Amino acid sequence: MSGHKPEKDAITGVDTTGHEWDGIRELDNPLPRWWLWVFYASIIIAIIYWVLMPAWPGISGYTRGVLGASDRANVAAAMDDLHRQRGKGAQVLKTASLEEIERDPDLQAYALAVGQSVFGDNCATCHGAGGAGGKGYPNLRDDIWIWGGTLDDIHHTLTVGVRSDDPQTRLSQMPAFGRDGLLNPEQVNDLTDYVVSISGRKADPAAVARAAPLFAEQCASCHGPTGKGDPKVGAPDLTDNDWLYGAEPADIAGQITNGRGGVMPAWGPRLSPETIKALAVYIHANAGGQDK
Amino acid sequence: MTVVIDRTKGPKPGSDPEKGGAGPVSVAAAARQKAATGEGSLYKPRTQIYPKRVKGQWRWIKWVLLIATLAVYYITPWLRWDRPGILPDQAVLVDFDHARFYFFFIQLWPQEVYFITGLLVMAALVLFLVTAVFGRLWCGYACPQTVWTDLFMAVERWFEGDRNARMKLDAAPWSFDKAWRKIGKHAVWLGIAFGTGGAWIFYFHDAPDLIRTFWTGDAPLTSYISCAILTFTTYSFAGMMREQVCTYMCPWPRIQGAMLDKDSLQVTYRYDRGEPRGPHKKTESWEGRGDCIDCNQCVVVCPMGIDIREGAQLECINCGLCIDACNEIMDRVERPRNLIAYDTDFAVAKRSTGGKAVYRLVRSRTIFYAVALAVVSSVMIWGLSQRSEVEAHVLRDRNPTFVRMKDGSVRDGYTLKIANRAFEDRDFTVTIDGLPQARLRTPGAPEGPLVVHVKADEVRAVRVFVSAPPEVLTASSMPLRFRIASPDARTDVQTVFLSGVANAR
Repeated sequence: MSGHKPEKDAITGVDTTGHEWDGIRELDNPLPRWWLWVFYASIIIAIIYWVLMPAWPGISGYTRGVLGASDRANVAAAMDDLHRQRGKGAQVLKTASLEEIERDPDLQAYALAVGQSVFGDNCATCHGAGGAGGKGYPNLRDDIWIWGGTLDDIHHTLTVGVRSDDPQTRLSQMPAFGRDGLLNPEQVNDLTDYVVSISGRKADPAAVARAAPLFAEQCASCHGPTGKGDPKVGAPDLTDNDWLYGAEPADIAGQITNGRGGVMPAWGPRLSPETIKALAVYIHANAGGQDK
Repeated sequence: MTVVIDRTKGPKPGSDPEKGGAGPVSVAAAARQKAATGEGSLYKPRTQIYPKRVKGQWRWIKWVLLIATLAVYYITPWLRWDRPGILPDQAVLVDFDHARFYFFFIQLWPQEVYFITGLLVMAALVLFLVTAVFGRLWCGYACPQTVWTDLFMAVERWFEGDRNARMKLDAAPWSFDKAWRKIGKHAVWLGIAFGTGGAWIFYFHDAPDLIRTFWTGDAPLTSYISCAILTFTTYSFAGMMREQVCTYMCPWPRIQGAMLDKDSLQVTYRYDRGEPRGPHKKTESWEGRGDCIDCNQCVVVCPMGIDIREGAQLECINCGLCIDACNEIMDRVERPRNLIAYDTDFAVAKRSTGGKAVYRLVRSRTIFYAVALAVVSSVMIWGLSQRSEVEAHVLRDRNPTFVRMKDGSVRDGYTLKIANRAFEDRDFTVTIDGLPQARLRTPGAPEGPLVVHVKADEVRAVRVFVSAPPEVLTASSMPLRFRIASPDARTDVQTVFLSGVANAR
């Protein structure tokens, strides 16, 4: 301002800033005092904040503030709090049976909530967020179950896994008939026609007839004489037109040739028993459900 | 057209009241004077206003309204209203903890906040209508700022006396007498301010419970904070800032400029009768002069510090105290009352040209406000009367959208949310409609009629599955309706059943 003599506006008697647009001059009216006070107060609060709270980044760290506030500690406290809260529901989950949990509306709501979040963290990677699965990863929303779909079956599968490193693991092994030379390519093709025919689709009758004894000899021991499968040994039903590795004849031939089988980890050592219970209820409640 | 005082005109030279000593001037004029001549501060200085006590009809109405509005504010949270079960028995309660709003027989949930919106729209329309017809009556009589300022001024007068005594006291050096008067005034002000903040928090928690826990330190933190904030604002707004709140902080004076027109009744100086003004001796004739004797009583009683004779002004809150003051003088000089009165610019202008005053309270603007108010009120009443005690929402699973089951049927999953707004538990029977042969079931329950128990005043979410055999699926998306019914309440909720028929087969 030094040296600059403000020009006064003739009408209001207020100083002008010297800015002028098309003959309109800007008046130098003061800022509202309350606004200035708020502004000064904000500056003071900011300085107090710098002293009390973590504020300024440094080269190898940051100013920590005298209050010792830390978001990391807050998260840890929140997690402890969460575990405490879960603890209460988890106690009930520990003692109640799976059926009781599913039947009681409040327990079920709790188990579904826990199950949903645990499912998202651990299962959705393979089975999808909604549990609908994909090629090679079973759909958990329908009523088709390789290892059984009752609450207890699901709970056991979750605990021990499939082809996992758990000694109790669910274990089934489809031989790689083609790759290991157990069957020649013609036989694999005939068997493919046979499997397509028992799932209710059109197939070459001659090939089906040729493959019938072959099926009884090679496949029926696990999949049963009619191909209905057996959840006790983890043999899928071949007649329900639900295909883990694809429905096309080429897909089926590939599976007979290579005998693929997926791996599911055993969750027993990784998740708490209550969590596995909640997860079992969540999966069962959202699935087609086999009650017995 | 509203007459708004023209701030761009400086005071006329030679009419400087500070130097001329022509008696009291309005504070606004004095401030303008100072700003025009003053080199010093960048800020417009506040000039303390010392409103003089006034008696009369409008002052009396203001006292009655002051008591009535304060009574409503302080008593309302203590009214009881019996509600069943664990529901609160407080008649008016904003229960943030449980997300409910209670107003006597009405209970609102957060998702019904549009009723509050409607109420606010109605309040705004009433304000528009009243302002268009009668001017800023809200500002002058019912606004909390006016009510509390009036109360604080009464306390001030009680401790420090009327205008002249207060001016003398402020000018006097510190003494014991001055000290106890000032300390007493501020102590009572703080007491009232604390009482104001204290009453506010009772609207948000059970009042009899809170008044106990407040003192034992067990009340929620929000109660203490709200109480402290309102104590501070009441003390500073009504005690210190007063007219500055209206003039500088409140947007309403500006908005009301658009509500008023030349037919609105406002506190008006009838210049047609008053001018030319001037001092009058008892023996003089009233011929050839106006009735205004320039006694300045209208100026010294004004809580806003203005001179109403300058016309309608931004600061004027339409409280009518200058009317009372002027009438007292008019009685004394034996001239007709109401030299200052609730009048319209149009009527005054008519009279000043010799015509007859015309009042047009019914005009397009007021008709519009009245019709809008009637429409909004009708919609609100209709909405409240149609309010159902059950509300349902359905969320269809999106991942996966549908599942094909072993027997070829298709199944969709839904989450059904049923809100039971009644004050007792209810069993709702859920059925589906629109999809023949479809079956409905919920996890954990056997097949059969689906009955959902919902506790009083709660929402329950249930997972439900609908499965339909392939032969009824004629389109990949088919309409489906859930019917939720209890013996005395029912609702339907519409959704769709997705099956992607083509790839299901």
